Amino acid sequence: MGGILVVAEHRAGELRGVSKELIGLATSLKEAAGGPVKVAVIGADPARFAADLGAPGVDEILAVRSPGDDFDPEVHEAAVEMLVAETGASLVLLAHSVDSLGFAAPLAIRGGYGFTTDVFKVDRDGEDWVATRSGYGQKVNIEIDFPGREVVMLTIRPGTFKPPTGTASLSPRELAAPAVTARSQHVGFEEPAAADDVDIAGANYIMSIGRGVGEEDNVEMFEELAESTGATLGCSRPIADSGWLPKSRQVGQSGKTASNCKLYVALGISGSVQHMAGMKHVETIVAVNTDPEASIFTIARYGIVGDIFDIGKELRSHF
Amino acid sequence: MKILVPIKQVAALDEDFEFRDDERDVDPDFLVHDLNEWDNFTLEEAMRLKEAPDGGGIEVVVVTVGPDSADEELRKCLAKGADRAIRIWDDALEEADPVAIARVLAALARKEDADLVFAGVQGADHAHGVTGMALAGLLGAPHAAVVATLDYSAGSKSATVRRELEGGTYASVTIQTPAVLTLQLGINTPRYASLRGIKQAAQRPIELLTPADLGVADQDLGAAGSLSRVRRMYVPEKGRAQMLEGTPAEQAAQLAKIIQEFRGEA
Repeated sequence: MGGILVVAEHRAGELRGVSKELIGLATSLKEAAGGPVKVAVIGADPARFAADLGAPGVDEILAVRSPGDDFDPEVHEAAVEMLVAETGASLVLLAHSVDSLGFAAPLAIRGGYGFTTDVFKVDRDGEDWVATRSGYGQKVNIEIDFPGREVVMLTIRPGTFKPPTGTASLSPRELAAPAVTARSQHVGFEEPAAADDVDIAGANYIMSIGRGVGEEDNVEMFEELAESTGATLGCSRPIADSGWLPKSRQVGQSGKTASNCKLYVALGISGSVQHMAGMKHVETIVAVNTDPEASIFTIARYGIVGDIFDIGKELRSHF
Repeated sequence: MKILVPIKQVAALDEDFEFRDDERDVDPDFLVHDLNEWDNFTLEEAMRLKEAPDGGGIEVVVVTVGPDSADEELRKCLAKGADRAIRIWDDALEEADPVAIARVLAALARKEDADLVFAGVQGADHAHGVTGMALAGLLGAPHAAVVATLDYSAGSKSATVRRELEGGTYASVTIQTPAVLTLQLGINTPRYASLRGIKQAAQRPIELLTPADLGVADQDLGAAGSLSRVRRMYVPEKGRAQMLEGTPAEQAAQLAKIIQEFRGEA
């Protein structure tokens, strides 16, 4: 039986937090895999991340040198394919991230690997890996297996698994990424200037609005409601995409994380995986939604099944 | 020049639902269908290029892999201005995972000799985020995922895209064309179909093809061409919020108390 290969992710010189979650998952599955856990990192100076990747249970760190430091799908496809062959891994763990979305599927096809994405549970059943992901708008869980596949590659949902406890010092083995002809070129990173001075990450009380507000003219009353109750106004993706509120107020995976929030009031937000990634950790979440089956109620502490306009109007009278 | 826009008829669960007897999917009687939300944006982006001053020669072709119920979604795209609509189906595709769907789309993309392919980042139902980039891999085409801005002029040998990364950051990338891109929500503002467009679309032909017509080999079809298999589907045990009951006034009073307690005022 093969071991487990983890591909760590970094961006703009920083190791991404999810990389350690992958290592935590890999070491917890090591016994089931019956083989070593190897952690690879691909970049222009990959060895600099090695100190952060060592953990009890990690057998080897593979530092794969690539021409550029920024993500390139072709370089990743070739490098990870090489690593799978090199390590003989039976399980390959990637982050379910924007970068993985750009290269994992072509790689899986190239290698003939068993493959699925956004996995939050991994089990070993006899000789088989079984992955669990959600379906139908997160209303069901789906167990996936990979009949006849010797190598299984999974992208793992960030924020699901714990990083390993403790560190271990390992000197990395250096390898060169296979040469590829680049067909795309990273130009640079952009962090759009904030349209207003809102600080979602720093706010301790956020009132957030979603699709339930219905139309742009309704946004103002919730702006007033947030202000009168002392909240920072946030929103879910559709509100920012429609231009009803600036992107700087968007909470979620592609927006901001409510890092310091203690009270989060979600109005008319059904709760996509992407939105919840930015706020599910908040201690007290209160959700108001007309749909009693909305996903947001599975992570909220308190729920109100009701119309946000009725509740909003009544709430206003208390402040 | 031709832009291929693969679309998906997605499924959502009815309020009450039952699983099939084999427990590997939901009984189709309990599913409601719609066009994948992302596909409104991919079609709009193709139409935007077509309607640009230099876009005169662009043909926009929408395609889906699905049973006849999916015609409804193709007609929505025709109503918004797509030039042609193609549906590919064979019962063997019922067991297809996103990679096996991409194998069929790849065969079609080769036949159509598309210059650009715009697929949605993911489907609203299962959110795999696989089909578009799998298609790119099968075609051996340059690819970029989660594109939030596209800068391209018809006939150009490259495009500049902004990929939407986590945490509100973007990566700007230049990419050779022909290329396969997955497009993110918000890349544009999708139009609504006009009543006239809807009426006309009802009369327009939908080209029907089978995987065999496209030369998809048996070992690439459906379950055989998949890299994953659904073993079991079940309703997870979920945490459940403590529900604040009562009239809206009573519910709001309880919420007010939570806010006031948090603010140290109660």
